[in-house]
Amino acid sequence: MATGVFSASRAKIKERTLRTDRWWLQPLITFSVLFSFIIYATFRAFENKYYFAEPLVSPLYSPCLSTACIEGSSPLGQPFNNEYFGIGISPALFILIFPLGFRMTCYYYRKSYYRAFWMSPPACAVAEPHAKYTGETRAPLILQNSHRWFFYAGLVFNVLLTYDAVIAFRNEEKEWGHMSIGTLVLLFSATTLWLYSLSCHTCRHTIGGRLKHFSKHPIRYKTWTWISALNHKHPTFAWISLFGVAFADIYVRQVASGAWTNFYLF
Amino acid sequence: MARKLNLRIWRGDATDGGLKNVEVEANEGEVVLDLIHRVQATQMGDLAVRWNCKAGKCGSCSMEINGKPRLACMTQVSSFPEGEEITITPLRAFPVIKDLVTDVSFNYRKAMEIPSYEHPKNLAPGEARMEQIDVERSQEFRKCIECFLCQDVCHVVRDHEENKKSFAGPRFFIRIAELDMHPLDMLKNRKQKAQEEHGLGMCNITKCCTEVCPEHIRITDNAIIPMKERVVDVKYDPVRWLGSKIRKREGIV
Repeated sequence: MATGVFSASRAKIKERTLRTDRWWLQPLITFSVLFSFIIYATFRAFENKYYFAEPLVSPLYSPCLSTACIEGSSPLGQPFNNEYFGIGISPALFILIFPLGFRMTCYYYRKSYYRAFWMSPPACAVAEPHAKYTGETRAPLILQNSHRWFFYAGLVFNVLLTYDAVIAFRNEEKEWGHMSIGTLVLLFSATTLWLYSLSCHTCRHTIGGRLKHFSKHPIRYKTWTWISALNHKHPTFAWISLFGVAFADIYVRQVASGAWTNFYLF
Repeated sequence: MARKLNLRIWRGDATDGGLKNVEVEANEGEVVLDLIHRVQATQMGDLAVRWNCKAGKCGSCSMEINGKPRLACMTQVSSFPEGEEITITPLRAFPVIKDLVTDVSFNYRKAMEIPSYEHPKNLAPGEARMEQIDVERSQEFRKCIECFLCQDVCHVVRDHEENKKSFAGPRFFIRIAELDMHPLDMLKNRKQKAQEEHGLGMCNITKCCTEVCPEHIRITDNAIIPMKERVVDVKYDPVRWLGSKIRKREGIV
């Protein structure tokens, strides 16, 4: 039986949409960029090499905590075995669960991929192709409610990636007081990740959004107003940080493989 | 300076209907509602259209213009390129009555299902006081003119008629958020009701409601997502749940 805009009681219009603008462009771009990132991140996660070039560590392989990690890439030690059932697992496959979980459950990315990948809906006032819809009320999409746990994990990762950026102020002999292009690349990546996390809706809620009385919590209210200002730019930070991480990984890969030289500014 | 425009206006009722072509003159500064009135006065005397203030404040002239839910009185004719045909249809999420008029009673039924403000028992009328920063938060939601464009564009009901019984829609999520954020509202299970009775979990935050709101209310960012986070506090966050049991309160107030 016809439903939605084709229901019996609604105006009889056969088109799924009467929009005349290029409504399909935005979801197409989103799909292309996110799909490209997924392909690249999957390739890199399984590649399991070229992720460390003293003093640079790729953000996709940090913190490298398994016995499989390249020597020097594990400043926090190697407490985990990398072999399970006789198979060596790339450390990135464990690490990426957390940042990917954070992005997958992010309110902004949800909007983007529901539109671009699942076409639910493809664009505003464009009829979706699905016969049924239950939203985020049942498994697996009810797990989107785990966003705050990934947010907390993401903050830990931000601290670790900031640490990676700080130790990149050393040279290849581990002497402090140097800065290379790689340092700037890791610094940019860490900064944009902080902006992405701090502008997150869960952060906004945790800081002050959950309050009923702003007037009784003036400091939290003030902080909430700052986070709210950042929150306006959350989509921008989401994309910039994604590119920042991808470029940091590409840079470290190229340096580690010998394709590029990490030029030192001082 | 006047120019000729081609309109396609949907005409019909619940049994049948279709787009009718009409040519009409448009003058500088006019809005789409002006053109509809001119067509009504000169060519289609029985064209049904709902309108009232012609100032974007009554929310009556909601319709779809070139496929987008908009207020006809706030849509400038000059925003369409020279030579572009303008297609005007009724709201496609609601049952059509005649021509551009739809039955929006779904929204009034949903409004009645929202539990109203519950005043503190220890405060007599006139004794309630609120700080300005607490008032400001909900004032954004009070700008709503009930044009129901957000309800119309929301794919949860627009594309799935069967969801209407279990989904209140964005207009009523801002009402729920306004009350849940009210410092003096004493109703304790508003969050659970939002999730279990009003279908908050069905929203997949694709932000179309925010895109079409003529009052520029940030429906998703300031009402729906905060409500989703509040629901997580009471339903999906074991730490918060434990804290509320120990401290005997719903959350930080």
